[in-house]
Amino acid sequence: MQFMLLFSRQGKLRLQKWYVPLSDTQKKKISREVIQMVLARKPKMCSFLEWRDQKIVYKRYASLYFCCAVEDQENELITLEIIHRYVELLDKYFGSVCELDIIFNFEKAYYILDEFILGGEAQETSKKIVLKAIEQADMLQEVRNTHIACLFVLVYEVTIGPFLSC
Amino acid sequence: MPAVSKGDGMRGLAVFISDIRNCKSKEAEIKRINKELANIRSKFKGDKALDGYSKKKYVCKLLFIFLLGHDIDFGHMEAVNLLSSNKYTEKQIGYLFISVLVNSNSELIRLINNAIKNDLSSRNPTFMCLALHCIANVGSREMAEAFAGEIPRILVAGDTMDSVKQSAALCLLRLYKTSPDLVLMGEWTSRVVHLLNDQHMGVVTAAISLITCLSQKNPDEFKTCVSLAVSRLSRIVSSASTDLQDYTYYFVPAPWLSCKLLRLLQCYPPPEDGAVKGRLVECLETILNKAQEPPKSKKVQHSNAKNAILFEAISLIIHYDSEPNLLVRACNQLGQFLQHRETNLRYLALESMCTLASSEFSHEAVKTHIETVINALKTERDVSVRQRAADLLYAMCDRSNAKQIVAEMLSYLETADYSIREEMVLKVAILAEKYAVDYSWYVDTILNLIRIAGDYVSEEVWYRVIQIVINRDDVQGYAAKTVFEALQAPACHENMVKVGGYILGEFGNLIAGDPRSSPLVQFNLLHSKFHLCSVPTRALLLSAYIKFINLFPETKSTIQEVLRSDSQIRNSDVELQQRAVEYLKLSSIASTDVLATVLEEMPPFPERESSILAKLKKKKGPGAVSVNELEEGKREGGELNGGGERGGDSSAIASTPSPSADLLGLRTGPPVTAAAPSTGSLLVDVFSEAGVNDDGFLSTQVSKIYNTVLVVFGYFNKKILHIVPLNDLSERELVTINEQTPQGVFVMAPFLKMFRALTCTILLGLGMALLENVDPNPENFVCAGVIQTKAQQVGSLLRLEPNAQAQMYRLTVRSSKDTVSKRLCELLAEQF
Repeated sequence: MQFMLLFSRQGKLRLQKWYVPLSDTQKKKISREVIQMVLARKPKMCSFLEWRDQKIVYKRYASLYFCCAVEDQENELITLEIIHRYVELLDKYFGSVCELDIIFNFEKAYYILDEFILGGEAQETSKKIVLKAIEQADMLQEVRNTHIACLFVLVYEVTIGPFLSC
Repeated sequence: MPAVSKGDGMRGLAVFISDIRNCKSKEAEIKRINKELANIRSKFKGDKALDGYSKKKYVCKLLFIFLLGHDIDFGHMEAVNLLSSNKYTEKQIGYLFISVLVNSNSELIRLINNAIKNDLSSRNPTFMCLALHCIANVGSREMAEAFAGEIPRILVAGDTMDSVKQSAALCLLRLYKTSPDLVLMGEWTSRVVHLLNDQHMGVVTAAISLITCLSQKNPDEFKTCVSLAVSRLSRIVSSASTDLQDYTYYFVPAPWLSCKLLRLLQCYPPPEDGAVKGRLVECLETILNKAQEPPKSKKVQHSNAKNAILFEAISLIIHYDSEPNLLVRACNQLGQFLQHRETNLRYLALESMCTLASSEFSHEAVKTHIETVINALKTERDVSVRQRAADLLYAMCDRSNAKQIVAEMLSYLETADYSIREEMVLKVAILAEKYAVDYSWYVDTILNLIRIAGDYVSEEVWYRVIQIVINRDDVQGYAAKTVFEALQAPACHENMVKVGGYILGEFGNLIAGDPRSSPLVQFNLLHSKFHLCSVPTRALLLSAYIKFINLFPETKSTIQEVLRSDSQIRNSDVELQQRAVEYLKLSSIASTDVLATVLEEMPPFPERESSILAKLKKKKGPGAVSVNELEEGKREGGELNGGGERGGDSSAIASTPSPSADLLGLRTGPPVTAAAPSTGSLLVDVFSEAGVNDDGFLSTQVSKIYNTVLVVFGYFNKKILHIVPLNDLSERELVTINEQTPQGVFVMAPFLKMFRALTCTILLGLGMALLENVDPNPENFVCAGVIQTKAQQVGSLLRLEPNAQAQMYRLTVRSSKDTVSKRLCELLAEQF
């Protein structure tokens, strides 16, 4: 895969993952071009577009377009299913995912994507395993927080607690 | 419902994002962003060190602003600091920031690499994965230098966790793609290949992408992967849907892995080992069989996954191109998809069939679907699908169906999308030429192309049709007639005028017998389009007019009137003006013989590679034109010399090259076949007395017209003449001639109408300088020049004494070589 873009029907870019080295200006130009092309497509058209020397595979989920650019010889149908698998992961993680989830938790969307696809290739295709990995990482932070919270409580009870009881 | 509570939600960030979303205008948004940027900047610069949480929050805000599309020029240092935190989410944000906002500051890079190194050696799999993800996302050369040695070790180490192995494999792949010279697989090859046998399907999935890429560059080193891949594939394909547990996707076992395995196998030829090959063929047959079974689920995901494997298998079958049975089955399967409900499948089937069409085993099978494909071309609503259908028609075209296919493509062209017209035109042109048995059909097709899609008919196409007409006597009359009729259409495309002008100029005589296409009618037809055309076309038409004068002397006065008109000889375009003036003069002073020689019919063009195929290949990219086609193109007809009509007229004959070294120490004037005339004066009367002394300019003018004359000299002489005009000749400089040199031959010849101007120009055209005031008789011409032959230079003097009363002239030539004098005399005599 060369890049993945998620954008709304108004053309607002919600997520952009680039798997090839490009300058910022190039990225902006390409995004504009691809978004325009995909938004111009009609509902009954097929999910594949030729663009430059690549193929664009896209699918719309509610208000979001998921769009991947793959090399010419790449398998289009499996790319469609990569998109679907990513949506499933987001859905499981956020619970009935919607566009707002991705807007407000964009950093999480990137992490989930990284666990699934790395360097443009699928690295783990088991939904369970990917979700478990993310949950584990989340847990790490929770555990630390809980530790800190317990510590505070302890300190409080030791230092301040007795004063209150008087 | 925004889920902020997962993990460690940053309230400040959520508020900021809400603020941005609530902004009513772009200005308000920018204002809010600038406010926040100022805030963050002050916090970063502030005295007290920020705690991890705040730093993380601000860095994340910066990231958000950047992703909105605004530029960020600070925050990198803080992001890098976050990397060394041992809080997971802080690290995460740090890594995310630096992978999105890649910075080339070498100090930062050093710090980043340091942090990554620490995480890689931390033995904490989550941290290791974070680091590996970062390397894979950035993939810079500096990272490759730092880590390309370390990562393979991690990949194959026994104690590496599976998730880390996966990340390591794809990280290595990214580094290999960007810096292949730094990733040396050598000692790791066999162990990497062995990963194909790993128990963990995820590891296999990741490793196989790496192996596929590496084996494309080093097939021999990795060829052991073939048998492993086959056995893995075989196990998956024959497994029940419950076997693979979470790797089953909507009742399809491991679809991604299957596709990747099939892709890997396409890097290699069919396995030589009989057992392996047998297993693989069995696999492929199973896949084809499954396609015929009723679906296990109605969901589109199931059919997509299943068909993804099927299409990849078909790709492999096509790649092998050695199992006729499989090829025909594949073709039939695709044939079924051609009429499937789902547009995606129809699209993919058309695309796949294109490749099948070029295989000799399946070409016939593909042709059986021609009606379906033609129907798709006419009825599909999606332009991409129609385009695939057009591509398939092109691929399946052969002698038996060429006429039908070309006709269909022409009618498709009438309503085709503008973006694909040029490509379609090229394809139709190639097919028409390749399969033409009857060249009048070819001519018709190209003229139709011009009529339907004139704007998109590139030069290569119409040059080619002209070249073919010139090379084939049998079609010249037909071409002239057809072009004549086509030109009568009220709205005629300019390319048609170009082709028409050229062909009528060459072969108009073939239809001149018919009163409806008599010479004057032809001329008027062409001239009626003249003012609507662009400059290059008009230039071409002017050349056609002078050819008409040659072909049809009766049109001479009419055409001369036109040439003489102000809009031609005072035309603001230099090329048009020059042509008009020169053609006008040529028509007035050249004898019919000279004119006939100069405007002789174009000789056949030499055979050369078709430029149309090359243009199509360039347009579509490497995959579009198959090797077969290119080779055939080489074997087939030649290419028109792109140049304009002027160059074309004398192209058959060698032109005089320009002199190089000034060996005699004499000032060398401009070469005979010189460059563009000076742009000084627009109005030039080439033959005016005043112009005679302006050697440089005039000689080039004259030489252009008389290029053919001179060139005739050269041609007849059978040696290359370097002719150097001499200026400012003084007595002392004429040292090459002494008293003993033989005199030239006296020539008495009938005195034709001789104008002084004409004589001057002929002499000058030779390259000799006219010397004024040397001969006491003003009627005489005296010239001097140095003839440079391959062997030596020969100085020569010339005197031409015309005698009007006697209607004779005497030509004396004196040169340092006897033979040269004789020859020069003979040549000039012919001229006079």
